[in-house]
Formats: sequence, C-alpha cells, structure tokens
Amino acid sequence: MKWLPPNGALHGIRFDHLLRWNLDAIFWLFVVSQILIVLAMLLAARRRRSSPAARPPQPQSFPAFLLTSVLPLLAITALYIAMLVTSHHLWAVSREQAGARNAVRVEVTGVQFAWYFRYPGDDRVYGKLVPKLVNAPAGNPLGLDPNDPHSRDDIVSPILILPAGRPVDLRLRSQDVIHGFFIPGMRLKQDAIPGMIGHLQFTPEVPGVYPILCTQVCGLGHGRMQAELRVVTESRFRSWLASRERMALATAADDEPSPAPVESRP
Amino acid sequence: MNAPRAQPAAPSRGFLGRRIFTTDHRALAILYLLLGLAAVIVGTLLSLVIRIHRVWPTVPFPLYGILRPEDYLAVVTMHGTLMVFFVLTVVPQSAFPNLVLPAQIGTDRMAFPRLNAAAFWLTLASFCVLVAAFFVPQGAPISGWTSYPPLSAIAATGPGQGAGMDCWLFAIGLFCIAAVASSANFLATILARRGPGMSFGRLPLTVWSWLTSSALTVIAFSTLFAAAAMLFADRHCGTSFFIPASEVISGIARTGGGGSPLLWLHLFWFFGHPEVYISILPGMGLASALLANFTRRPVLGYRVMVVATLTIGFLGLGVWGHHMFVSGMNPYAGTAFGLTTIAIAVPSSAEVLTWLAMLFRGRMRFTTPMLFTLGFISFFIAGGLTGPILAQPALDAYLHNTFFVVAHFHLVMAMAGVFSLFAGIYYWYPLLTGRLMNEMLGKAHFWVSLIGAYGTFFPMHFAGLAGEPRHYAQLAGPVESFPSLIPVERGITFAALTLAAAQLIFLFNVFSSARKGVRAGENPWRATTHEWCPGTHPRTRGEPYLYGPNSGDTEDFLPQWELAPPYPSGLKPE
Repeated sequence: MKWLPPNGALHGIRFDHLLRWNLDAIFWLFVVSQILIVLAMLLAARRRRSSPAARPPQPQSFPAFLLTSVLPLLAITALYIAMLVTSHHLWAVSREQAGARNAVRVEVTGVQFAWYFRYPGDDRVYGKLVPKLVNAPAGNPLGLDPNDPHSRDDIVSPILILPAGRPVDLRLRSQDVIHGFFIPGMRLKQDAIPGMIGHLQFTPEVPGVYPILCTQVCGLGHGRMQAELRVVTESRFRSWLASRERMALATAADDEPSPAPVESRP
Repeated sequence: MNAPRAQPAAPSRGFLGRRIFTTDHRALAILYLLLGLAAVIVGTLLSLVIRIHRVWPTVPFPLYGILRPEDYLAVVTMHGTLMVFFVLTVVPQSAFPNLVLPAQIGTDRMAFPRLNAAAFWLTLASFCVLVAAFFVPQGAPISGWTSYPPLSAIAATGPGQGAGMDCWLFAIGLFCIAAVASSANFLATILARRGPGMSFGRLPLTVWSWLTSSALTVIAFSTLFAAAAMLFADRHCGTSFFIPASEVISGIARTGGGGSPLLWLHLFWFFGHPEVYISILPGMGLASALLANFTRRPVLGYRVMVVATLTIGFLGLGVWGHHMFVSGMNPYAGTAFGLTTIAIAVPSSAEVLTWLAMLFRGRMRFTTPMLFTLGFISFFIAGGLTGPILAQPALDAYLHNTFFVVAHFHLVMAMAGVFSLFAGIYYWYPLLTGRLMNEMLGKAHFWVSLIGAYGTFFPMHFAGLAGEPRHYAQLAGPVESFPSLIPVERGITFAALTLAAAQLIFLFNVFSSARKGVRAGENPWRATTHEWCPGTHPRTRGEPYLYGPNSGDTEDFLPQWELAPPYPSGLKPE
C-alpha cells in the first residue's frame, strides 16, 4: 500500500491486505454519509423554496423503516464483524502462539534513549543481568554479570541484525520507563514494560534496512530514540554472529570491562 | 452578560453575591463557561505552538525562544490535559447541565446546590494548580496526558517530572473530587427533583445523556482519583504500586517493591475511555434535540435513542483495554476488548443512522446551531469510522500511537465534541443574555472552522499510515516515508492556524452579541423543552419533541410545559 513504508515481513503481506480493505470500506462509508448530509441540505433548501407550507409528517411505513434504518444497521454490523473476524486470525497467529522452535532469539532492551539488542550466543541462554552493573560508558549498558558463565558469550549490539526467512522471537524488556518498540517496515509494535518480559514473533522476509522507533513517550529524548533493523541473508548473519561471538569471548577472557561495542557491518 | 432570569429570591445581594459566590446554577454555568473559555484559549495557543514548532523548529517564540525537546513534550502534555479535562469535560458535563438541566426536568433547583457550587470552586482550584505547573522549577510534566509510570512515578526520569508532575497529580485529584461531586448532584437532581408530570419517558434526550454521563463520571473519576492517589504515594510515601522491582534510571540502579506499570494503564484507561463518552454523550443528546427542532419533526425513535445512549454508557465501561493492545497485556484479553469495542460501535452507528434519517424529513432550517450540529455529525462519522479499524488488535499493532490515532480522537472527540459545544452555545445563548448571537458571523465561524478542522485532522491519517509516531517534535529519523510528509505537515499547520483564527470570529460574536444582538424574546427557536418555558414550576404535559404541523394548538410545535394563564406576575422574562 503506497501510504505505508515498504513491507518486509511475512505477516505484513496479510496485514497490508487487511488494512487496505478496511480503509477502503470506511472510506466509502465516509464518502456516502457525507454525500447524504449534503444531499439532505440541498433537498431541504429546495423544499423550502418550492412549497411555502410544510406538509404534516407522514408516518413512516414499515418497509421504509426496514429499508432506511434496520437494513443499513445490519449491514454495518456485518461489516464490523467481518473486520474483526478476518483480522483476528492474524492476531491469533502472531500473538496467541508460542514462538517457533528454530526461531532466532534476540532480547530487546529499551533504555532512555536507546535500544539494545542481545543475542544469547552459542549456549542459547541469556546471561544474568545485574542492575547495579549497568554502565553504558564502560560498555556494559545492560549490566551483564561477568561471573555468570552464560553471559560470557552474550552479544550486545545497538543494531538489530536478523536473517531473512527465519522466524524470530524477540524478548522485550525495559530498564527504566515504558518504551514502544515499533518497526514500521515489519508491521510490528509492542511496548517494552519495565518489570515485565514481552514476546514478539515475526519472520522478516525482505533483506534491507528498517528503522526502529520508540512510540511511547519516554522522556525528553523520545523523538531520537531510534535504531535500525538490518535483514541480511542467512550466511551473512552467521558470519556476523560468529565474528561478534569471538569478540565477546575475547573480551570476557580478558576479564576487563569490555570496550564499547564496535559495529561490524555485515 | 446579564441573565434575564436572575433568581428573584436574592435581589438585595450585590454583583459578587449574585454572580460569583452563589449557589445559583445559572450563575455557576456562566462561571464554568468562562473557565472553559480560559482553558480552551490556553489549550489552543499550546496547540499552535506544537504545530509551528513541528514545521519551523528553529523559529524562536516571542518571550520564550526556541523550544527544547522537553518543552515540546510539556506543551503536548498540558494541551491534552487542559482540553480533555477543562474543555471537553467542564463544558458539556458541568457548564451545560448547570445552565439547563434543572429547567429541562421542570424544576428550579439542584438537589445539592452547595455541593454543586463547591464543585466549581474545586474545578477552578484544579485549573490554577495545573497551570502553575508551567511556573515551577523545571516546568510542566512531559509524560503526556496519560502519565504512564515509571516516567510519571520517578522524578529522575526527566525534567518536569518533579514539581511539575506533582502539580499535575494534585490538579487531577482536585478535578476528580469536583467531577464526582457535581455529577452526584446531577444524578440526584435527575432522579429526585423532576417536576410534576416529568416521567422518565418524557425526559429530553440531553437529560438521558447527562444521566448516563454523570453515572460514568462518578465511576470513572473515582477510579482516576484512586490511581492518582496511588501514584502520589509512589512518588512521596515510598510505596510501589506502579514501580517495578528493579529500575535503572540514568545509570543509577534502584530496587523497590515490585509494582506494575501495567496497573496504572488499566486504572487510567478504566477512567480514560468512559471519559470519551462523558465528553460526547451530551453532544449526542443535543444533536438529536436540535435536529428535531430545526427540521420541525419529532426525534425519530426516541426509545431507540434512549436505549442506545444507555447501552453506549454501559459498554463504555468495558472497552478500556483497546488502549492497551500493544502493552504486552494478554493477547486473549486483546481479542475480548476488540469484541466489546466493535459491540459499542453498533449503538453508535444506530444513532448516526437515525440522525441521517432525521435530516431527510421536514424542512431543515440552516441556523447556526443547526449548521454546527451538521458539523458534529460529519466529524462524528469521520472520526468514528476509524474506530472499528483501531478496535482490531492486529491492525492497532501498527497504528497504535501514530498520527492515525491522533486523527481519530481529534475528529471524534475534539472536533465533534467542540462543534456540539458550539451548537449548544449558539442555541442556549439567549438564556444567558436574552439576545441571539449574530447569524452571519456564526455562519462564517462555522464554515471556516469546518474547513480548518478537516484540513488539520484529515491529513493526519496519512502521516499515521506512514508510521509517524506521536510525541515526536520533529520528523527527524530514518523512516523512509517521513520526508514525503513534510508538505503534509506544513498543510496541517496552515489549516490549524486557520481553524484557530476562525475562533476569533466566535469570541467577537460572543461578546458583541451580548450587547448588540437581536433581542430573542421568549422561546426564539420555538422549542418544546422546558428551558424555554416563560414561567417557572411548569407542569409537564407530554413528550419532549412534539414538532410538525398540527402538533401544537396553533403552532407547529407542542411545548412540554403547561402553564395556567395568566402568568403569575414577575415570573415572565423581559
């Protein structure tokens, strides 16, 4: 649809289709109703000009009542139900089911005013986070606990990199206030609520760069709390992950505070 | 402004006693209207600051300079709070009922006049405390009119979240007490003080609306009061209803009790959604009444309209979760709230269809109140139709908090709401001043406002479809479709300036017609409901909207009132 940014997600095709017919339906209802208002005004003006005396009101016949009131209401109700039913399928598929087994797992953390993306590494387990250890200038924005063996291979990136064509399971959290995680190009939005873990499942299909925005006012830097999703091929994703993995393990082995994450561009 | 029907009971009291420190509901209505006017002027100026800053971010404002990001958010927060509480609640739910509710049910006194007067002074105090937020250290709060915690719970999360946020909370607390007090009074008045002959089946539709919206106010504002008190306790008493166990604010870790920010969302929207109906239901009742009057035909389906109003009020209590589809709430709850929201669209559509059917009967007279009623219907449809789209969790997952939502609620709540307020003011103005407002100026006001309002809010749908979020001062950022929106944004700003300028016509008309307007005489609109009755203590003799040829004895309407002529001396208006 031309008003929306280009879609890159599997469910986005269905989403765009649904939104399109919904917008078409209400647009025509809008046009018809506005025309009816103007038409009524014109008819009334003509009636006032032509006949000086008003006719007494005619009691409305039952068929006319059915035709002008009951039928339109039934039709509109049917339309509303159709809207709800057709889109519920999409909601059920995307939100009411657990993530796929082969899903790429990434944790998203909202922080005033940045997004961080954590990959669990080879062990497929997210390391422990300790709020007291949070120190963004020292390269530990999430507070990874260096004593936890699971955290040694965790990768923290300011850019979300995902392979095309594989289901993704995002784990959504926030460090401070409520943030809104929004990828317009992936037709995806959910709030990151502090104290809660959220989950978002989707499948990016089209390689490219997609902006990530914050859509829940979160403080003075809300408007610049933006990041990037890069959808790349599976092989480039693997090689990027492997290089970041080596870097993470090397810095963990040094037992030094790791340097600020350097972005290797796939 | 001089009211023609001051209570003869207190002729010896001075201006202050009659107009300011009084329990007379008509005097209170004028005070509420002036408060609403002050709030709408401030709120509109703030909205112009928003629009100008979005298009010309580097232009300094006189006496202030260039807006910082936190200033922009503070302006947005105060604009929303002022408009929702002090305009869209105060005028339809406090000023209008004080002006006509007792008369419409055939009485001359509220059930609790002192409580009613106290509510006004609390509302005024609330307004002063809210506006004071601009002048405290760090200025007004920046967390939006919904004030989601922890942003609103912890002062360290941003400028304005300290003293400014305390002002906001204190103002909301006062407002809640006032709203519950005045609505309890309206409920008691409608239930207990109806005049002789005024059975429920004869209540004007405006009164049915106020009955519903007052019940909603008591329920919703008590909930908001509790939520505000809890948030205040979180901020100052060490509780943590809304603050999670662990928080890292600006790199500093805090551990606390383990509350849930989601709880605030539930409490706030349990208030927030009924609030929409509190704002719009009186306008819906008024629209039916004015359509009947200006087409000179009875209201179509009076009983259907009453049932629709009550159904909307009842269902309105069960749809709050549609503000929370993307909050991480259980997705099954999202499905359920989608269903209730679609359900509430059905009685709303029934009312709209009835209004449209009413337009085609009789011979519509294009007076200014009628034009504003037509505008109300137009906006109610334009904004209402996007409701069923936003009611679908799957579609809202893209549109939530984008300009699509801004367009939706500004059309259906703000524009439809304000147009019905204008309809009411043009219609009831003779009750306040004994004169009619100037029709030519009124029509100019209507047409420029209509075009300005559509020009302002319709294009916002497209910005929202492009993914543009709310609360962004500028369109900076990487989303590809944003740069193409800059001309749209510019157009919106010009339309908003036009819309605001049109209100100068209204201001001039309000004050000049008070002195120079055409004398209204009694019952200038040849209306049937009791507020136009030339005497007091009328007996109600029938249904509220008996219009049409042959309906009256000699006229084309049959008033609800029945007076024993001749009128008792001194009770007739000048």
